[in-house]
Amino acid sequence: MNIHKIANYLNDLGDKSDTGYKFDCTLISGDVDVLRVDVEGREEIPIFVSVTDEQILCIAYLWGENEVKTEKRVEMLEAMLELNIPMPLSSFAKIGDMYVVYGALSVQSTIADVEHELVVLSDNSLEVITELSDYLV
Amino acid sequence: MSIFKKIMTAIRGGAREVGEGIVDANSMRIFEQEIRDAEVHLTNAKRNLTDVMAKQMQSNRELERVKANLTEHEGYAVQALNAGNEALALEVAEKIAQLEQEVIEQQQNLDSFSSSATKLKDLVKKSERQLAEHQRQLTMVKTTDSVQKATSAITDNFSASNSKLLSAKDSLERIKQKQQDFDDRMVAADELHAEGSDQSLKAKLAEAGIGQQQSNANSVLERLKAKQNS
Repeated sequence: MNIHKIANYLNDLGDKSDTGYKFDCTLISGDVDVLRVDVEGREEIPIFVSVTDEQILCIAYLWGENEVKTEKRVEMLEAMLELNIPMPLSSFAKIGDMYVVYGALSVQSTIADVEHELVVLSDNSLEVITELSDYLV
Repeated sequence: MSIFKKIMTAIRGGAREVGEGIVDANSMRIFEQEIRDAEVHLTNAKRNLTDVMAKQMQSNRELERVKANLTEHEGYAVQALNAGNEALALEVAEKIAQLEQEVIEQQQNLDSFSSSATKLKDLVKKSERQLAEHQRQLTMVKTTDSVQKATSAITDNFSASNSKLLSAKDSLERIKQKQQDFDDRMVAADELHAEGSDQSLKAKLAEAGIGQQQSNANSVLERLKAKQNS
């Protein structure tokens, strides 16, 4: 599995998707190639995909440290830890000052697995923001 | 320092710039070379183990053969004694003594191979665990490195495209708004469709002369005439 295969598949998918979503992919070149996947109607929360030797990483950025209500930060962190297992396929993480949800797949995964992962991750990120918005300014 | 500790120190210490990796590229290459060396050693150890196990089996077979031979000769010696042939019995007894010595030697060989095999098996297991551990550590370093580089590419992309990062709540609000717009359009389309089918039904009814009839000149004239006559 590589990033170009994922990009071509998702871009060619159009209305034929089994998940009911349309995707728009943009390749971001760099030391590590990253694919920006926009789910139609949800462009504000894109998913970033990168492929390493072992795994496919899909990451959605949720909010920055500056958006967290200081007095509720510990409570929020506990809530995130508690939600981590019930949340299907995705987990919480922090990159720099940004809180994220991510999913890691084996590079042996099928393209349908990747599509499924992206949709679940997108659904999870919207739901998480909705449910945890009390902790955010 | 464990790799985990190194990663934690680097991340917490703010080594987020590209090039300021967890482990520098040179150390990474050395580490990868060490893993490849360990793989070669493991393959060799497995090959040696196979050889030793083969010798162990051969040695075991040889021991069984000598033991069977020994038992057989003991039988002969008893038979010779029973026949009163002391001289022959002595000759067989000499052979038995020789065979007994051989059993001792073969047993020693077998013990030596068995203990080598056990040692090699332990070594292979240990090497396999160590190799898996090194590979896991390498994956951790590489993943951290890759995520740092990817993050940097993503951040650059955001600033290059001048797209301001919205707050989580604003993003959610916009997405919900878009969803609402979409739903509203669906409802509107449904209503339009319904109205459309209502209109066409009315037209069909009118055509069939059912329902409220439109007044036309003839009907007006008829009505006026009827009024006049009354």
